[in-house]
Amino acid sequence: MPQLRIVVLVKQVPDTANVTGEAMKEDGTVNRAALPAVFNPEDLNALEEALHLKDRHDARVSVVTMGPPAAAQVLRESLYRGADEVILLTDKAFAGADTLATSYALALAVRKLGGADLVLSGRQAIDGDTAQVGPQTAEKLGYPQITCVSRIDELIPPVVMAVDDGRRAGGFVTATRSIEGGFETLASTLPCLLTVTGEANEPRPASVKLVMTYKNAVAEASPDYDDSYLDPDSDAAEVCLLSRTGKPVCRARIVQWDHEALGADREALGLRGSPTRVKEIESVVLAQSEARMVEPDEAGVNALVHELIEEHILG
Amino acid sequence: MASAGGTGGGTSAASGAARGDVWVVVEQHDGVMAEVSLELLGRARELADTLGVAVGAVVAGAGEAVKALAPALISLGADTVYLADHGDLADYLALPYTRLVAGLVRAHRPQIVLYGATTTGRDLAPRVASTLRTGLTADCTDLRIGDFSAKGETYADLLFQIRPAFGGNIIATIVSPEHRPQMATVREGVMVMPEADESRTGAVFEVPVERSSAPVAPADRIVLTAPDFAVTLVRRVQEEKRVDLKGARVVVSGGVGVGSREGFALVEELARTLGGVVGASRAAVDAGWVSHEHQVGQTGTTVRPKLYIACGISGSVQHRAGMDQSARILAVNSDPRAPIFAVAHYGIVGDLHKVIPLLIKAYRTKA
Repeated sequence: MPQLRIVVLVKQVPDTANVTGEAMKEDGTVNRAALPAVFNPEDLNALEEALHLKDRHDARVSVVTMGPPAAAQVLRESLYRGADEVILLTDKAFAGADTLATSYALALAVRKLGGADLVLSGRQAIDGDTAQVGPQTAEKLGYPQITCVSRIDELIPPVVMAVDDGRRAGGFVTATRSIEGGFETLASTLPCLLTVTGEANEPRPASVKLVMTYKNAVAEASPDYDDSYLDPDSDAAEVCLLSRTGKPVCRARIVQWDHEALGADREALGLRGSPTRVKEIESVVLAQSEARMVEPDEAGVNALVHELIEEHILG
Repeated sequence: MASAGGTGGGTSAASGAARGDVWVVVEQHDGVMAEVSLELLGRARELADTLGVAVGAVVAGAGEAVKALAPALISLGADTVYLADHGDLADYLALPYTRLVAGLVRAHRPQIVLYGATTTGRDLAPRVASTLRTGLTADCTDLRIGDFSAKGETYADLLFQIRPAFGGNIIATIVSPEHRPQMATVREGVMVMPEADESRTGAVFEVPVERSSAPVAPADRIVLTAPDFAVTLVRRVQEEKRVDLKGARVVVSGGVGVGSREGFALVEELARTLGGVVGASRAAVDAGWVSHEHQVGQTGTTVRPKLYIACGISGSVQHRAGMDQSARILAVNSDPRAPIFAVAHYGIVGDLHKVIPLLIKAYRTKA
């Protein structure tokens, strides 16, 4: 059992810089297939924090995402950077979830993984910009939270008791978060959930070696959680690389869970479990130009400034 | 208004007669209230008047500094101030404040609870929403009361929670038909600050708060226990706010068209000449020409000055969302097709390195 267990919550998002009218469906929801899908930027920062901690501690980094089967791509991207195990939550029952129903499913997944010492996610996703899923998942898990973290100052892993069924005790994290016009530093006992901003770090690129290992990793349904493939002596561990320490690192697969695997209450999932509804969506459209054009010369500019002073717009 | 659905639903029929007050969770630090909280009181007053209910303001802290806030909250529109004064609430922390707000909501059942969309409000509100298993909409730019129909049911007098999404490319109206309270965080600077009316009267309800090790909480008070203090504040550093974009009469902003840090000096000189404040688009901030506190737009500050001058700013939706309520807008851009001209009152197509000196000269001569 590693000293530090980290779960990173990530999301595949449409690249919101390139939204056109064709990307909107008539019911007001978004047709994500019409947009390029990317790894939510701040979730990459969260993953980087996890991998950075793994570089310094004996840690296991698990990455969880909820989404359609295609969202497995962000899990592959996580493996390419050094994640140890990845889980895809995919099921029609999850569709249409708002932040409350999403956090319910994510919290169940963290529980199914046996809990964590640290849960990390990006502060917000660029499609909705709500910043709600992190705190709501923390609440569902009964973990404290530190949001908007721009720096993890210190982390002391918990002590794993040799007796008492491997119970974990102690451990804490100190982190700095940006607030309006300043910052604050908070200390929390573990377990704790942190949401991370883009200021925190520069995410590492994919490792060529890991890309070669994992590029064909496919999602497979495995409702019964089994991490034996992480064990180098297991039969499931077919392909192994040697790590810097000489220990074999084994090929991961993308574990796929549906609502039954999570043991979820269907009423609390997806659209059914979501208190909020989208009433309507309006595209932001440019107004017809009404600007009065002024010549870019001395006469034109003088007349404009004169008018603004006359109208007391300029004092 | 009656429910259109016959036997279905069940909870919707109750919405015909809107019940429960409209609350604002007020953010304060060392006795200074966040401006967005006060702006929200103005809108809460309007919403409550539409619904025929009262306005509640929840404020927490420790000692005289927080006690002294009640009269101001009443003068700005609150009918009842829920005042939680306890040493353990001196600094904002997510867990004890969640305990407090969720406990008060369960006891007093407001129909709407509003928070400022500050880092504090966006830390607290989701945790409260999850605790209460109710809906929450983030970072709203408008709030209204209206009816909503779906699947043969009509829900009267819901809170329309209006916000940009998808990077500002769409405006979504969100409702929470069957869950109460309806909750939203609201962006700073989009609601108008109400005028204080010292003659208004209201009640102050002192919230009983205690720290206890007893696992069972009595229903009539807020009980904070050890797990609520898993997180402790090590230190808080508040830098002096040097840029007052919100209060500026004139804002002169530069964008990517300014071209360089040196070019930005021209924007600064125009702002100084006109007695204005320097603003910037996100691109100019990302380029490192000017600090983030100058940023105008969706991820920066929302401004509504008497005059907004956009220099070399193309006018992305994200930027326009933060300045299109300005009384007058002057756009200077070398590209006649730049979207900024669509929201501008005056446009100058030309090289800003020539036009800005002309503006400076013209103003110095006239004024």
